[in-house]
Amino acid sequence: MTAEALIPAAEPAAEHVGERPWRRALHRLMRRPAAVAGLAVVLFFILLAVAAPLLAPYDPLTTSWAAVRKPPSALHWFGTDEIGRDVLSRIIYGSRASLLAGLVSVSLALAVGVPIGLVTGYVGGIVDGTVMRAIDAMLAIPFLILAIALAAFLGPSLGNAMLAIGISQTPIFARLTRGQVLSVKHEEYVEAARAVGNPHRRIVLRHIFPNVVPPILVQATLATAAAIIAEASLSFLGLGQQPPSPSWGSMLNTAKNFMSQAPWMALWPGLAIFALVLSLNLFGDGLRDALDPRRG
Amino acid sequence: MIAFLVRRLALVLPTLFFVSMLIFGLQQLLPGDPATALAGEDRDPAVIAYLRHKYHLDQPWPVRYVLWVKGVFHGDLGESIRIKRPVLDLVVEKLPVTGELALLALLVALAIGIPAGVLAAVKSDTPVDYGATMASLWGLSMPNFWLGILLILLFSVHLHLLPASGFVSPSESLARNLLTLVMPAFVLGNAIAAVMMRHTRSAMLQVLGSDYVRTARAKGLGEGRIILRHALRNALVPVVTLGALEFGQLLSGAVLTEQVFTIPGFGKLIVDAVFNRDYAVVQGVVLCTACAYILLNLLADIAYVAINPRLRA
Repeated sequence: MTAEALIPAAEPAAEHVGERPWRRALHRLMRRPAAVAGLAVVLFFILLAVAAPLLAPYDPLTTSWAAVRKPPSALHWFGTDEIGRDVLSRIIYGSRASLLAGLVSVSLALAVGVPIGLVTGYVGGIVDGTVMRAIDAMLAIPFLILAIALAAFLGPSLGNAMLAIGISQTPIFARLTRGQVLSVKHEEYVEAARAVGNPHRRIVLRHIFPNVVPPILVQATLATAAAIIAEASLSFLGLGQQPPSPSWGSMLNTAKNFMSQAPWMALWPGLAIFALVLSLNLFGDGLRDALDPRRG
Repeated sequence: MIAFLVRRLALVLPTLFFVSMLIFGLQQLLPGDPATALAGEDRDPAVIAYLRHKYHLDQPWPVRYVLWVKGVFHGDLGESIRIKRPVLDLVVEKLPVTGELALLALLVALAIGIPAGVLAAVKSDTPVDYGATMASLWGLSMPNFWLGILLILLFSVHLHLLPASGFVSPSESLARNLLTLVMPAFVLGNAIAAVMMRHTRSAMLQVLGSDYVRTARAKGLGEGRIILRHALRNALVPVVTLGALEFGQLLSGAVLTEQVFTIPGFGKLIVDAVFNRDYAVVQGVVLCTACAYILLNLLADIAYVAINPRLRA
């Protein structure tokens, strides 16, 4: 999305004339069935995570040697795992790790990356040049490899995995914010704010920042999807959520050892990751279109 | 062109400096005494003292950094604590395996992504376009380790058509080598194909709306000829250069794919090193990956400018 995306549409649809840009964007978003369906699925997973103790039929950690690797049945809808734990209950509780990883790591990346982008983009010069080379250096290391390396040195845990993912995503937000600031900092309204003697901090926070929010918001949605896959990947490699706490990635890691005996163990966690990530991507795509007036 | 090269190289050097700082800094994240952590389970004070001296841990960090960089320039990436071999040897040994896998995955991505992107652009705003766009979203959202597990379930466990894991060197048997890499290459190429499809579609849509394509149509050229000879050739320039930038995604994906299919490549090397607390190997792999990525980016930029005469000025 470019700066033009931030400027209200030249000829907005007749029924939305006079509406605030955000309300207009919301209307456009609601007209996109794929985005609405995506949002509904995301909300469903949030509900699962929040109400896990009420919705899960069994304790996700309780083992049962009488129910080892039982296929899906009326008693265990998604079957049981290699030590008799209920897969459905672990999927429900596992949604907490995934959503928490998405939320915490993206919040961290936003909290660090956006201010860096705002300052470097606005100040420019040697500060911008130096910080951007450091950002380039972080971007030169593939996202997952950097996250693996950080998790390796920090130690394997869900907290460290979230920290590693957050750090790996920070340069993306810094880059994006800087680019947006560069494209709006010479706009007339910013020049006008400068001309009437506003201090730099006020110009950046009151005049520039609100105008660079939409693309950051879209990127945050897509980055949450990437963070969920990254958390699942790290847990799959044994560097994220540690057993016996449930996580979709670590469930898949165990499941790959029982593929011929208990294929359902691999089916449900993967499907859960896929459904949540696909929904976030659908919502993110819809949000991007809704916030971009050129896309109608 | 020379001015561009000088400008571009001037950007690479500080980036490499920061990469080296970042990778060196990883060691500082180790909780407690790095020598004790590097010694792993072996807590022998003599070993710890040896490691402290060997890695100059008794020196201040700027001195250690300079010594480490000096070593890197001389091809010394350290030594694997577990395997007792130089890290560079391990990297050089595993690189061809991951290289072959990445190359095959890229071929899969090109074979799926470009035709799908062209089709989506040509049939823009039709069910074909929506289908291709949905398929690309599917590719982007599918965790590749799960796709790998599903393919093993189908083709190895149920149909007994392909080997579930392992790797055979092409020098040993090319046929068996390709058989072991069919599923991993598809799994790895799948996500890149989705990205390629999106790039191709948007580049083709831009080119199909340009004046020279309209002129070609006005001259009465066939649609197939217009798409293949006039539109695709120009649309592919940014797509191919963007392909080089997908290298990072290929390597990230290779870590997981090699883990699922037990392929002894670069990805498996770093994961095994993490579990063996073999930090020199982790640092070495990250450094080589970053350098390769920076080099490929540089080559992609140069190729882009070389192919596109308008950017040469």
